Amino acid sequence: MHATSICVTNTTTAVACFTVELAKLQANPPAALKGKLPHIELRRGAGAYICGEESAMIESIEGKRGEPRMRPPYIAQVGLFGRPTLEHNFETLYWVRDIVQKGADWFNGFGRNGRKGLRSFSVSGRVKNPGVKLAPAGITLQELVDEFCGGMLDVHNLYAYLPGGASGGIFPASLANVPLDFDTLQLHGGFIGSASVIVLSQHDKARDAALNMMRFFAHESCGQCTPCRVGTAKAAKLMEAPVWDNSTLEDLNQVMADASICGLGQAAPNPVRCVQKYFAHEISESPAGVGDDR
Amino acid sequence: MSALVDFTLNGVAIQAHEGETIFDAALRHQIDIPHLCHKPGPTGLRPDGNCRACVVEVKGERTLAPSCCRSVAAGMDVQSTSERAVKSQKMVLEMLLSDMPDAGYKWNEHDESLQHGELSDWAQRLDVTVRPALQSLRREETKADLSHPAIAVNLDACIQCNRCIRACREEQVNDVIGMRLRGAHSAIAFDLNDKMGDSTCVACGECVQACPTGALMPKTQIGSQIVDKSVDSVCPFCGVGCLLTYQVKGNKIMSVEGRDGPANHGRLCVKGRFGFDYAHSTERLTKPLIRIAGAPKAIPSETHATDWRNTFREASWEEALALTTSTLVNLRDTHGKKSLAGFGSAKGSNEEAYLFQKLVRTGFGSNNVDHCTRLCHASSVAALLEGVGSGAVSNPVSDVEHAELIVVIGSNPTSNHPVAATWMKNAAKHGTKIVLADPRITDISKHAWRTLQFKADTDVAMVNALIYTVIEEGLLDADFIANRASNFEALRQSVKAFSPESMAEVCGIPAPTLREVARAFAKAKSAMILWGMGVSQHIHGTDNVRALIALCSITGQIGKPGSGLHPLRGQNNVQGASDAGLIPMMFPNYQRVTNTEAHTWFEDFWHTKLDDQPGYTVVEIMHKILADDSDPHKVRGMYIMGENPAMSDPDLNHARHALSSLEHLVVQDIFMTETAWLADVVLPATAWPEKTGTVSNTDRMVQMGRQAIDAPGDAMPDLWIIQQIAARMGLNWNYSGEHNGVAVVYEEMRQAMQAAIGGITWERLERESSVTYPCIKGDDAGQTIVFVDRFPTADGRVQLQATQFIPADESPDEEFPFVLITGRQLEHWHTGSMTRRSDVLDAIESVATVSMNLADMKALGIQSGDSITVKSRRGRIQIQTRLDNGTPPGTVFIPFAYAEAAANLLTNAALDPFGKIPEFKYCAVAIEAAKG
Repeated sequence: MHATSICVTNTTTAVACFTVELAKLQANPPAALKGKLPHIELRRGAGAYICGEESAMIESIEGKRGEPRMRPPYIAQVGLFGRPTLEHNFETLYWVRDIVQKGADWFNGFGRNGRKGLRSFSVSGRVKNPGVKLAPAGITLQELVDEFCGGMLDVHNLYAYLPGGASGGIFPASLANVPLDFDTLQLHGGFIGSASVIVLSQHDKARDAALNMMRFFAHESCGQCTPCRVGTAKAAKLMEAPVWDNSTLEDLNQVMADASICGLGQAAPNPVRCVQKYFAHEISESPAGVGDDR
Repeated sequence: MSALVDFTLNGVAIQAHEGETIFDAALRHQIDIPHLCHKPGPTGLRPDGNCRACVVEVKGERTLAPSCCRSVAAGMDVQSTSERAVKSQKMVLEMLLSDMPDAGYKWNEHDESLQHGELSDWAQRLDVTVRPALQSLRREETKADLSHPAIAVNLDACIQCNRCIRACREEQVNDVIGMRLRGAHSAIAFDLNDKMGDSTCVACGECVQACPTGALMPKTQIGSQIVDKSVDSVCPFCGVGCLLTYQVKGNKIMSVEGRDGPANHGRLCVKGRFGFDYAHSTERLTKPLIRIAGAPKAIPSETHATDWRNTFREASWEEALALTTSTLVNLRDTHGKKSLAGFGSAKGSNEEAYLFQKLVRTGFGSNNVDHCTRLCHASSVAALLEGVGSGAVSNPVSDVEHAELIVVIGSNPTSNHPVAATWMKNAAKHGTKIVLADPRITDISKHAWRTLQFKADTDVAMVNALIYTVIEEGLLDADFIANRASNFEALRQSVKAFSPESMAEVCGIPAPTLREVARAFAKAKSAMILWGMGVSQHIHGTDNVRALIALCSITGQIGKPGSGLHPLRGQNNVQGASDAGLIPMMFPNYQRVTNTEAHTWFEDFWHTKLDDQPGYTVVEIMHKILADDSDPHKVRGMYIMGENPAMSDPDLNHARHALSSLEHLVVQDIFMTETAWLADVVLPATAWPEKTGTVSNTDRMVQMGRQAIDAPGDAMPDLWIIQQIAARMGLNWNYSGEHNGVAVVYEEMRQAMQAAIGGITWERLERESSVTYPCIKGDDAGQTIVFVDRFPTADGRVQLQATQFIPADESPDEEFPFVLITGRQLEHWHTGSMTRRSDVLDAIESVATVSMNLADMKALGIQSGDSITVKSRRGRIQIQTRLDNGTPPGTVFIPFAYAEAAANLLTNAALDPFGKIPEFKYCAVAIEAAKG
C-alpha cells in the first residue's frame, strides 16, 4: 500500500501557493526523490479552530463533522479512514529539510537558557514590533520583547502575557523570565502551545483577556462532549460578573479539565485558573487594583 | 470464549473479557456507572462516550476516561467512585440538568422532581441538584416541533447525547437525523433542519426509544411514564415478527416499545410502534350482527362506512351463533360437504388457524379451507416444497450479516419488511453487496451495489441468464451439484436458450451487467436470495422461484451461513397459518391430504372421517360460488375469519359478486370490513392485543403473543367463537384452561406437527417468547439454518427444475397501454382494515395514490397530485397521482389498502397453475384524466 500525504490549509492564498508549488515539485522532483515522491493531496480546511486538533482534522477530511475522536486508539494506530496516520504541523515539516541537510547538531546549536532549537513566536499586543519572530527555544518573554520586538510600546509596562495562544494560560509580569519552551510552563498553569504570544500592559485586564478566550472556546467548541459544550458557555457567562463565583467556576474548571474529550475543553480552564491565581484582585470584592488605571 | 483480563475496580480485583469496556465489566459485577449517551444491552447502541457521565479515574492517566469506550487493559487500576471521578460525573449531570425546562416530557408521577427521564434518575441516584448560579444561566428555550403525527420534538429537553442520531443512522440506517451547528448551539436536525413532519422521517420511532430525556417522545405518552402494566408480546403486522412490549394504562395501550427478539433486537417500524391504536378505534364491532331480511348485499360507497343500521340488526351471541351454525349445517346436509368453505386468517394465531382448519375439515367435512397465503407466497411454497422439500426459509433475514452478497428480488423491504430491511442496510454498511432486482427502484437501492431494473414479468428470462452465465463460465459448484442436486442436466439443457446476450433485450438488463452479477453471486463466499411478492404473484410465480432455487443450488449457495433462500413472508402469521394446515391440499405441517398415511393418521387423531381430496383455493372458491346449481361442488355457505377477500382478491367486482351470491356468509372480524358488509352474520372478534396465542414469523420462529387489554363490548376471542360454532355443529371438543384453552389447542397442534415443533412446548414459549423450528426435542435450540447436510426431499437432494419464459396473462395493448403493479406501502397493511383506522398511520398516508414517473406524467399532461382514472378490462378507480421516478416507464404502481380506490378492482385473476396464486403484479390498464 502506498502512503499518501494530505496537506490541510485554511486560506485561499495558501491553497493557491501550495497548488503552484506542488505542481512544480511533481513536475520536477529532486533527483533523489525521482519516482519516490508520494501522492500529495491538498485539502482546504473550512476554518474551524477545532479542526486543528489532529483527530478532528481527520474526521473533517473524511467528510464528517469536525469532532475530535477519543483516544485510545491513537491516530498512529487508527487514523484517516481507519489507517495508521501521522500528522504534523507545518512548523515541524518546515524544519525537516534543514535538519536533514545540515544535521541535528546544527539545529541543536540554537537555544537559550538550557533549551535547544528554534521556534517561531507570533507576538502581538503592546510591543513595538509585533509579528512572527524566529527565536531560540527557551527564550524568556522579557528577552523576546526586548530583543526581537523592540521593547514595549511607549507608556506601556508589561503587566501580563499569554505564552501560547488561547489555551496557554495568562502569566503575570513576574513570570517574564521563565524560559518559553515545551514543558517549562506547565508548572505555572500554562503551556507554550502554538507559541502565539500576546503581551498585555497596565492598560489591559487579564480578566478581559480570559473572558475573550472563554468566549472563543465556547464559540469554537465542537459541542460533542458535555463538559466543554456546557462548561465553556456557562463559564463565559459567569466570567462576566464583576466578582467571580470562584467555587462554581472551579467546579466547571475541574470537569472541563478532567472529563473533556480533547485538548480544547481540557485546556479551556487555563485562562480562568491563571486569573484566579495571578490576578485575583481583578475579580474580587474590590476590583480596583494593580493594572487598573483607566 | 475470549481471554480474561485482570484489573482492579474500586479497589477490588475483578476480571474483564478481553476487549470488554470498563463499563460493561463493571456492570457484570453489579456496578452501574452513571451514563446517559450510552445505551447498553442487546437493544442498545454503540457507545459514543460524549456525555462524560461515565468517566472513571484510571491510575496513571492525566485525565478521566469514559468507561463506556475504554477497554480494560491488564493491570488497570480503575476508580469509578473516587472523589475525582464522582466530581465530574456529578458536574456533568448538574450542567445538563441546569439547561432543562421546569416541566419535562418524560416523568415519574410518583416524584415531581423526576421530570427528565434517565437524567433525573441519575441525578437522584447521585444526589445532584442544580445550584442557583447555574440554574440562572439556563439556555434559551426552543420551540416545540409538533409537526409529526406520532412524535413530539422538544429540544429544550435535549442533552445532545446523539442517541437518536445513532438510532436513526446506525441502527435503522434512515439517515434523517443529524447534528447541526456546534458548541452550545449544537442541535439535532431532521434532514436540512426541516420540521420533523416534513422530513423524510419514516417514523420507525427508534429515536424515540433511544432518547433518554423525553426530547423525542411518542405524543401518546408525554408526561408520566407510570403505567398499569407492561405486557410482552409480538407485533401484529408483518412477517418479520418483532417482539414488543405494550405499555397499558386503564385498558388502553399508551405506547409500544421494541423488545429484544431474535428478529428485531428492539427495533420496530412505524406500524409496530405507532399503529397500535386500531384496537381502540370507535369503529370496532362490539355486538353480533344479523342482516335485516331483504337488505341488499352491497358495499357502501363511502370509505369505512360505519352506519350499518339499515343493513344489520344487533343480536345476542346465542342468536347469531345458532343462526349461522344451523344455516351452514343445513346447507351441508342438503347440498353436500363441498358446499361449504372457510377462509382463515394469517393475521390470527397458530391456535386459531389450527382450530379453524380442524373445524372445516371435521365439521364442514371437506378440505375447502384456505387463506391469504394463496395470494402471497403460494407459488414460492409450491416451488420450495418441490425443490428443497420445505416451504419455509433456509436462513433467517439477520443472516444477511454473514452474506458477502445478497439478491433482493421482487421485494421492497424498506416498506414491507422494514425491520428486516434494517439488517440488510446494516450488512451493506459492513461491506455486503446488495443486488436489487425489481422493476421498481425502491429505497433499498440506495444501499445496493447493483440495481437491476428489469422489465416486469421477465424474471425467468433474467434469472436463467444468470444461471446460463454460471454454467458457461464454469462458475458452478461441481461438488455440490454432484453430491446434493438432481436433474442438473435438464436444467443445463434448458438454459442454453438464455444467454445474457439474447436475454438482455427481453429483460432490459445489459448482458455485461447480467454476467457481472452472476459472477459475483457465484464467486461470493456466501450469497443469499431474498424475495417478495414481485416474484410470487405471477402466473409464472412458481417458475420464478424454481429459477431462484436453481441459481442458489448450482453455485452451492445454500445450507451454510449467509447463503440460501428467503421468501420474505408478508403477514405476521402467514408462515404459521400455513404450517398449521390452513391450506386446502395439506393437513398441518404440509402433509398432503392425498397421502394415505397422513390421511389415516389425522382420521385417527381427530377421531373422524376426513375428505381425501384437496379442497379449492381462494380464487377457485370464488368461481365455485358462482358455479352452476348443478355443480355438486358449488360453494353455498362460507365462514370467513379475519380475512377481507372483498378487498384482497383479484378482480374484485367478480369476487364481491361471488361473496354476495352466497346463500350464507358469516364473517368474523374486528371491523366492518368490505367483506363483512356482504355477510349474513357478522361476529365481533378480538384484536391481537386482546388475546393470547402464538404466531410464526418469516424466520421460522414461533413467538408468544400475550393479552394486554380487554376486548370492547361483547367482542369475543376468535378461539372462543370457533369453538362455539364447533360445539353447535356437534363436534365434541374440549379445550379448557385460560384464554379459551389456547395452551391445550397449542399442545394438540404440536402433536400433529412433531416433525417441526415437537420440542417447543407451551411452557417453553411462555418462558422464552420465541423459539426457532425445526425443533424436535425439548432441549433443541432450534435450527436457524437448514439444509446443511441434506434436503428433506425423497432422495435428500435438491430437485432442480428447468423453466421456460412465459409471458403474463394480459399484456398492454393500444386500449390498455400501461402495466399495473400492485403492492403495499410502509404505513398501510394489507387491505387497510387495521391501519386505515390507526390515527397515526392514516395521518401519514391518508390518500390513495398511483405512482408514475415524470416522463409518463408529462406525456399524459398530468401533474403529481392530479386525480386521474385508472381502468382495466375489469374495473375502474379514481385516484391521485404521485410522482415516483423509481416506477418504470409505461408502468403504474397502486397500493391495494385503499377501499376508496381499490386496486384489486383492476387486477387479473389469472392463476399460476401450481401455486394457484393470482397475477397481482401484472395487468394492463389505461389512464384518463378524471372528470371534474
